Amino acid sequence: MDSTLPKKIGLDQRSIALRKEMIQIVAESRRGHLASALSCMEILRVLYDDILNYKAEEPRWPKRDRLIFSKGHGCLALYALLADKGFFSRAELFKFCKSDGILGGHPEYGKVPGVEASTGSLGHGLPIGIGMAIHAKYEKANHRVFVILSDGETNEGSVWEAALCATKHKLDNLILLVDYNKQQSYGYNKDVLNLEPFADKWKSFGFAVTEVNGHDVQALKSILKKTPLETNKPTTIICHTIKGKGISFAEENLEWHHKAKISEEEVQLLMKALENKSHA
Amino acid sequence: MRKTCLEMVHKLAQKDERIFFIGSDLGIGTLDEFKKEIPERFFMEGVSEANIIGMAAGMALEGKIPYVNTIATFITRRCFEQLVLDLCLQNVNVRLIGNGGGLVYAPLGPTHLAIEDIAILRSLPNMTILVPADANEMRKMMPETVNHPGPIYIRIAKGGDAIVTDERPFEIGKVFPMKEGKEALIVTTGVILGKALKAADILKKEGIETAVLHCPTIKPLDSETILEYAKNTKVIVTAEEHSIIGGLGSAVAEILLEANFDSKKRFKRIGIPDCFADQYGSQESLMNYYGLKEEKIVTTIKSLHAAS
Repeated sequence: MDSTLPKKIGLDQRSIALRKEMIQIVAESRRGHLASALSCMEILRVLYDDILNYKAEEPRWPKRDRLIFSKGHGCLALYALLADKGFFSRAELFKFCKSDGILGGHPEYGKVPGVEASTGSLGHGLPIGIGMAIHAKYEKANHRVFVILSDGETNEGSVWEAALCATKHKLDNLILLVDYNKQQSYGYNKDVLNLEPFADKWKSFGFAVTEVNGHDVQALKSILKKTPLETNKPTTIICHTIKGKGISFAEENLEWHHKAKISEEEVQLLMKALENKSHA
Repeated sequence: MRKTCLEMVHKLAQKDERIFFIGSDLGIGTLDEFKKEIPERFFMEGVSEANIIGMAAGMALEGKIPYVNTIATFITRRCFEQLVLDLCLQNVNVRLIGNGGGLVYAPLGPTHLAIEDIAILRSLPNMTILVPADANEMRKMMPETVNHPGPIYIRIAKGGDAIVTDERPFEIGKVFPMKEGKEALIVTTGVILGKALKAADILKKEGIETAVLHCPTIKPLDSETILEYAKNTKVIVTAEEHSIIGGLGSAVAEILLEANFDSKKRFKRIGIPDCFADQYGSQESLMNYYGLKEEKIVTTIKSLHAAS
């Protein structure tokens, strides 16, 4: 198992800045699945910076690529990026989980510009993505559908029902990215419900599969630019990540899977940990 | 009724390219003509209800109108969370066609009896619930489902059911008064309408003029019409092929109580008691076993009428 863990990779200034934005949100709301958001930050960043076609000022632009953030609990990272790209104002970030805000603890379709489907209950995003990918093929449209799954999410049977369906329909316009941080709420995947051999499972379901360090911006960009990996096959990119990436004391610390009461002191510690990274 | 429903899906799809059909693992030959004629909008996706509902939601989010068909138990219970979140929360135009609502699959036992489908779906915001009484009503109803906003559940009976509805145009959300009478009121839905009409005829002969209201739309319920009829009668009975918990009877009870009528009313729900079926047999034999028959409606109304 350890051999599949990503090598420690440094974060550049953009990755650190996006993390600081998330900590600012947490400083206001004092809650959130911070560690799960930190592990998928580079996946989202590369998609929005370099891969997806979209118009922030026209979120329903028909030719946009669809991104379904199926691991809805990691939405702090999504919100930070959507605000950064101008889907909504930065001020909205600081109303996270508040009664007058649009950004909840899980993203909702119809409320948040740029959110394609309501997620948060795991195992829903991939089937919805399949419907969208089939629709794109039917319309002979060139846009693609990207679905970001958590590793724990693949415990759900609906993911594997959907996997059978995606290969049946040869959906090479469907790209799955699994944020494989090796941990879920109760503990390590391998102890709760082992997923290995994970890549082989996706291959056996008929997907074109590759693996990447999910914090390596250049590697992610390079692989995503090569998708679909095979014609007539959906793609799965297993992104090896570190839960809590970038905050030394939160990394792989199960206590940080979800924190409902984050103290002022902890906020300071989070920010300090990132400051140290900036100056490193 | 099922045949008419699927034929109507085909017919509507010929005129409207937004209409898609998705089945799970239906009987061989189902909608062969549709498949032959419009294969790009015909999907048979296997026994995978959670995926199918999500897939339909994805298509609907793109502006399509998928009609999804499988057995009523599996399209409601198996994928309930997908109905809640993918369809109702996102308020998308997916149509669910549930085969064998009620006691239709009596020989197959409790695993296949959809006797709580209305109760569980009625609690979901944005869901519309349609329970037609016969093939005639199905034919009138289906075109109305195309442009109706939000998800719809269409409960299908056995097929070959007696035609008891008339040619009045169908409107979603409207109650159909089928008989007039001031002494008692039967509020019913689905194939039980036939039994309610027979019961009303028997009661009339015995001097109890009984009105019959048919509610092919259970949600949104036409409370206004039901209360209008309830206002002027002392005896109200609901009759449905569904658990007495959470179905039409419960819905009517809720609105009656909140109406706070000044005059005293007698009220009774007739339906399937709160239990799993302990017999097989046929739909009709199970209906008789649970008292879903005109005689029971008659005796219930007579006893309430006598006590009023």
